[in-house]
Amino acid sequence: MQSKLGLDFKKVDYARSLAKNIADDVQAFVESYTTVAVERTLCRLLGIDGVDENQVPLPNVVVDELKGKGVLNQGVLFYIGNAMVQTGLSPQQIAEGVSSGTIDLVRIEVVDKKKIDEILRPVINGSIDRIRARRERRNHYLNTIGEGPKPYIYVIVATGNIYEDVVQAEAAARQGADIIAVIRTTGQSLLDYVPYGATTEGFGGTYATQENFRIMREALDKVGEELGRYIRLCNYCSGLCMPEIAIMGAFEGLDVMLNDALYGILFRDINMQRTFVDQFFSRVINGFAGVIINTGEDNYLTTSDAVEAAHTVLVSDLINEQLALLAGLPEEQMGLGHAFEMDPELENGFLYELAQAQMTREIFPKAPLKYMPPTKFMTGNIFKGHIQDALFNMIGIWTNQGIQLLGMPTEAVHTPFMSDRYLAIENAKYIFGNMKDIGDEVQFKEGGIIRNRAAKVLDDAVELLEKIVAEGLFNALEKGIFGDVKRPKNGGKGLDGVCQKGENYMNPFVTLMKGVK
Amino acid sequence: MSCGLYSMSDKEFDKTLDLTKVKPYGDTMNDGKVQLSFTLPVPASAEATEAAKQLLKSMGFENPLVVYFRELTPGYTFFNCYGSTVHTVDFTSIYVPKVESTVMDMDQTDNFIRENIGRKLVVVGASTGTDAHTVGIDAIMNMKGYAGHFGLERYDMFEAYNLGSQVPNEDFLAKAIELNADALLVSQTVTQKDVHIKNMTELVELMEAEGLRDKMILVCGGPRISHELAKELGYDAGFGMNSYADDVASFIVHEFVKRMSVK
Repeated sequence: MQSKLGLDFKKVDYARSLAKNIADDVQAFVESYTTVAVERTLCRLLGIDGVDENQVPLPNVVVDELKGKGVLNQGVLFYIGNAMVQTGLSPQQIAEGVSSGTIDLVRIEVVDKKKIDEILRPVINGSIDRIRARRERRNHYLNTIGEGPKPYIYVIVATGNIYEDVVQAEAAARQGADIIAVIRTTGQSLLDYVPYGATTEGFGGTYATQENFRIMREALDKVGEELGRYIRLCNYCSGLCMPEIAIMGAFEGLDVMLNDALYGILFRDINMQRTFVDQFFSRVINGFAGVIINTGEDNYLTTSDAVEAAHTVLVSDLINEQLALLAGLPEEQMGLGHAFEMDPELENGFLYELAQAQMTREIFPKAPLKYMPPTKFMTGNIFKGHIQDALFNMIGIWTNQGIQLLGMPTEAVHTPFMSDRYLAIENAKYIFGNMKDIGDEVQFKEGGIIRNRAAKVLDDAVELLEKIVAEGLFNALEKGIFGDVKRPKNGGKGLDGVCQKGENYMNPFVTLMKGVK
Repeated sequence: MSCGLYSMSDKEFDKTLDLTKVKPYGDTMNDGKVQLSFTLPVPASAEATEAAKQLLKSMGFENPLVVYFRELTPGYTFFNCYGSTVHTVDFTSIYVPKVESTVMDMDQTDNFIRENIGRKLVVVGASTGTDAHTVGIDAIMNMKGYAGHFGLERYDMFEAYNLGSQVPNEDFLAKAIELNADALLVSQTVTQKDVHIKNMTELVELMEAEGLRDKMILVCGGPRISHELAKELGYDAGFGMNSYADDVASFIVHEFVKRMSVK
């Protein structure tokens, strides 16, 4: 591709090689650890579901039991498989037995590992087939009813009540939305379990539960068939339950997942060791399930200045790309994040935003980039806000972004009304149609503001990447490289749920899913 | 077409501003013009437009005008409307409790602390409870500040600690004790179902239980926070929209000095 910015692609390759170094270093750590969330995910992959009489999910019951006995390092597959051989029960029945106290997994005599492998194989293959069937179902829809053009129009619903969310989502789809994200209730990222069943109460969002996923998926399939356009469903595979939410999404046919350990570390104070281990398995699942991941670099610009910290977004995108590749997630599923967050008072700010978006497009040509709208400088002046969103939409179509997360004029006022979403979609569709091919028509002048800006951001990114290579990502995060936020390696939430894998540890799902189409 | 359109002679403009009977201003004094938009859960139709007009009338609008409507999804219609309100307010009888302090800029505040207090003040801030939004607390505390107003971290005479978001009240208070805080800043952005009220009340109760309430200046802020609400909940001050670090800093130093003289 001819660069419209005159980017030095040798420099881009070098930056990528530095990012790979950084990611490899993280991966070396990740490989030898597991977490409570990974083990709960494996429970779910064995078909363990439901809650006990205190609403505690059975995967938590099983994993907490093993953790309490100090043997989580051997992994749930080992213990459940062993119990299956010895009792002839199903994983679900075993989990129920653990819950009622009739089964003590640790006291069951250990059988030959081969027998465990053998008895688990059909269960494991059943789960793999279930996920594959879901992926094929999506492909079938895409091949028959099709999808909207890019940038996909992405809007959020956030009523707190899944049934009300459905009404809002159907309305948004009819107005032209391609992706519906059900915002999670505030605080869910810090829960070390996934709530169960349909929910009708939440603050600023709706609980992510498998049943809520199913309800919304069914509604979007229906409205998609009505419209002749597949409507994607997005949720949040972040926080303390990354891989668990990933597997629920894989089972229920979600299409897009926020999935970014760096975001959790910086903005939710989740322990970095915990979340990198969780992220790896969640990305393996998302990759296999055909789910587009979204990363949260846009958030750096809400705490740091969007002009000064522009290169940190690129650096993080490059690292996230490499971490995703290590989990077998293809480029076509990498919704790497960036944002339109410069101060609207900045002279020529639009040109800097354009440079950044075009640069990101050229550096990640295959990725369905996720472009985030202005939030930091949205004021409650809904009229000006609507224009800020219009400028953002112009850049979206101009630079061929993959996913345009629409800004709402009422950003900073309330979670969107049905009418706010309509106004935002009308805005985007007007601009996307009216300016459709502007990117093909307009070139950027050599030595001009736009080209110079892109070159500078790339240079700054290379410099920062070199620093991170020298320090390692963990140390760099301790020093506050992203978003001006500092996080200690042993601080934050969820560290006590991490343990080093023991000699009997097994997780064949990684081999079965990683990079498999 | 009415020939009166071109005639200016008959029109009587009401130019009287009576502060005891204030009305919205469109382009003429006391015209009472208001613009509003809403969605009714009915299909777009002549009846729906009439329903919108009747609603405007019962809200106290004369000459209700529906200038635009659109069915958003079957059964929901969006309206843009204008009307002239019959209601007025007595502006002269209004009393709004406000944070009473002279607002100083960063250098003035630093000097004020040097001269009147003689040591750095320790300020600990966070977006507390389940609230994940850091925008507010960052705008007040971060070095760079917001909209040209430097944050407390840049002040020489503040030792500012921004604990970030989703900080439980217990942890917040523990950190405040550890740092020997002079003032606490609580930011609340999410206000759905009044979650912020519960959370903010809980902090006051915790502080009272620990006997700390009088020992620290307690300030809250957020887009839906008013000084009145803050006082009601037992805070010393509340800062709403369009408040900056200068406002918060000035209040803290004045309040601190006031308390020094009482002791």
